[in-house]
Amino acid sequence: MTGTGPPVAAVRKAAGRLVTLGPGFGFLTVFLLVPLALVLSYTVFRRGRFGGVVHEPTGENFTRLADPLYLDVVFGSVKLAVITTLLALLLGYPTAYMIAKLPAKWKVIALVAVVLPFWTNFLIRTYAWIVLLNSEGMLNSGLKALGLGPVELLYTDGAIVAGLLYAYLPLMILPLYSAIERLDPSLREASANLGARPARTFWSVTLPLSLPGVLTGCVFVFVPSLGNFVIPELLGGGRRIMVGNLIRDQFLKARDWPFGSVLALAVIAVLVLLLFAQAWAARRAGRDA
Amino acid sequence: MTRRAPVAVASACLAFTLTACGGASTTDSAPATLDANADLSKQSLTISIWDGYSPKDLPERVKAKLGFDTKVAIHDTNETIMAKLTAGGDSGIDVAFVSGQYAQALNAQGLLEPLHADLIPNLKNLFPEAAQLAYDKGNTFSVPYTWGTTGLCYRSDLVKTPPTSWSDLLNPPAELKKKITMMTTERWLALPALKLLGASVNTTDQAVLDKAKQMLLKVKPDLLAYDDTTFGDRLKSGEAAMAEAWDGWCPTAEKNIKFVVPSEGSDLWADTMVILKSSRNKEAAHAFINYILDPEIHGWVAQNILYKIPNKVAMDALDPKLLESYPALAQPPAELLKGESLIDLGEASTMYTRLSTEVSAAQ
Repeated sequence: MTGTGPPVAAVRKAAGRLVTLGPGFGFLTVFLLVPLALVLSYTVFRRGRFGGVVHEPTGENFTRLADPLYLDVVFGSVKLAVITTLLALLLGYPTAYMIAKLPAKWKVIALVAVVLPFWTNFLIRTYAWIVLLNSEGMLNSGLKALGLGPVELLYTDGAIVAGLLYAYLPLMILPLYSAIERLDPSLREASANLGARPARTFWSVTLPLSLPGVLTGCVFVFVPSLGNFVIPELLGGGRRIMVGNLIRDQFLKARDWPFGSVLALAVIAVLVLLLFAQAWAARRAGRDA
Repeated sequence: MTRRAPVAVASACLAFTLTACGGASTTDSAPATLDANADLSKQSLTISIWDGYSPKDLPERVKAKLGFDTKVAIHDTNETIMAKLTAGGDSGIDVAFVSGQYAQALNAQGLLEPLHADLIPNLKNLFPEAAQLAYDKGNTFSVPYTWGTTGLCYRSDLVKTPPTSWSDLLNPPAELKKKITMMTTERWLALPALKLLGASVNTTDQAVLDKAKQMLLKVKPDLLAYDDTTFGDRLKSGEAAMAEAWDGWCPTAEKNIKFVVPSEGSDLWADTMVILKSSRNKEAAHAFINYILDPEIHGWVAQNILYKIPNKVAMDALDPKLLESYPALAQPPAELLKGESLIDLGEASTMYTRLSTEVSAAQ
């Protein structure tokens, strides 16, 4: 009896793991890793005339990446994504902080309100911005009535940032909220008991402890902002393109899959670096606290 | 060329089909021997077409008239269908709707079945000009489904002087700054500049394309947006006052909205029907094309999509009121033929891709 016990338990455990992890893991392998491997393999081949690749090895897809034309697009996108992330943090932190302090019943209502926009189709919400901002739109009609307009609002970098911020602000608020909400109130009380003013308590206790949430929120906002191509097209009027548009165009318009793959790979590389930085910073913040 | 589906919707919903691509298989170019009396009910057809580009009940109508089942696949751009058709092997598609220059490219790769004119008696309904299109003179491998040109769509109440030249688009007067849209699809992005330079829309001269690029970069800050799909709405709202537009897309039924082909000339584009060599239902495919050329079906396109069709019988049967509301529809074929036919440029087409990327990426 006792001799057969441990192996059976081990097999059961393994079977249990297979059942619980297997489907998700299998799904990711087939639909994430395989396409990723394809993208990776495309980078070293020549483009086919109508999409696809010709299996002749070449390095020119990578050298093209160094062209200032494309580097400008990449830097421009990073700039807009950074601005969006910082604004989201500035707006999101106080919001998350206040929600965390609300009574339980109101917390739920506030959190539902934060995710409410996700219930409506993303494109429709973006089109609403066009209606709002265009030169014959609601905002400009108001400004004109006041004798101040029309002001060029739509098809500017500002409109792109506004659209990105609007789309991804909830992704900043939610991790911030969960980080702030989790903080042990006794730490803040201790800080107050030891004579710290509220501002000091915030800077020395609350903020450092919520830093992992800050970093998660920043990554959540930065990543989709960098890759977005719908908002620059609709709110930027196609006059400013971001790296997401460039990648989309390589696949759909230019039919240059290899170069599109190189661009995609470059973005993935930036994001992986960012995730490592985030993990490192979060661990450091955890250790210091 | 994109069709009626807004480009953003199409791209947002898009899933990349990362099929491994082999080279085009070299097939025997000899036409198949077709049986004019084949039992069509034993065949079935898969066609690929732009969304909303044919009557919704077309499969039912084909079934009733010809007795075989038709499956309709949708493609959103020429590029998507080309990727499918050139991926190697049997795409499963019998009849594809593609623009003329793409039909030419497919034929050059040996992927198309030469048409058996005797199986398409309705070809007699077409204007004689329909057989004079540069990408396929004599309709040997393609039949035009729609045709048209590119020009300026504008608000007569918002422009001081009606535009007559591509220069009015590329060197806009002060009052039109930020009130103009241009197309972004590569060949049409370059077209206004090429025509203004007196060059061919099919030029592969890098020096000419460089000059065109300078002109396009110069006008970029003055544009409201690049827009292939929604410029009609922008003109209606007054957000835009002038747009580079395909004739069928200019909402001339609206008060104050007019369409003009600039004096330097323009292009002549055509969307065509082709039969794939890989099709195992070639008799049905010919019968299908013949049925499309029936004035009733072909006329549907002019009435509902507002594109010109190369079908004389169907055009003659149109309600004169429709032609009055949409004067561009009434443009006679001889006039249309003055436009330069867009042809496939082979490997040189990358020059246009590069130009369009450079213009759109410039800040």
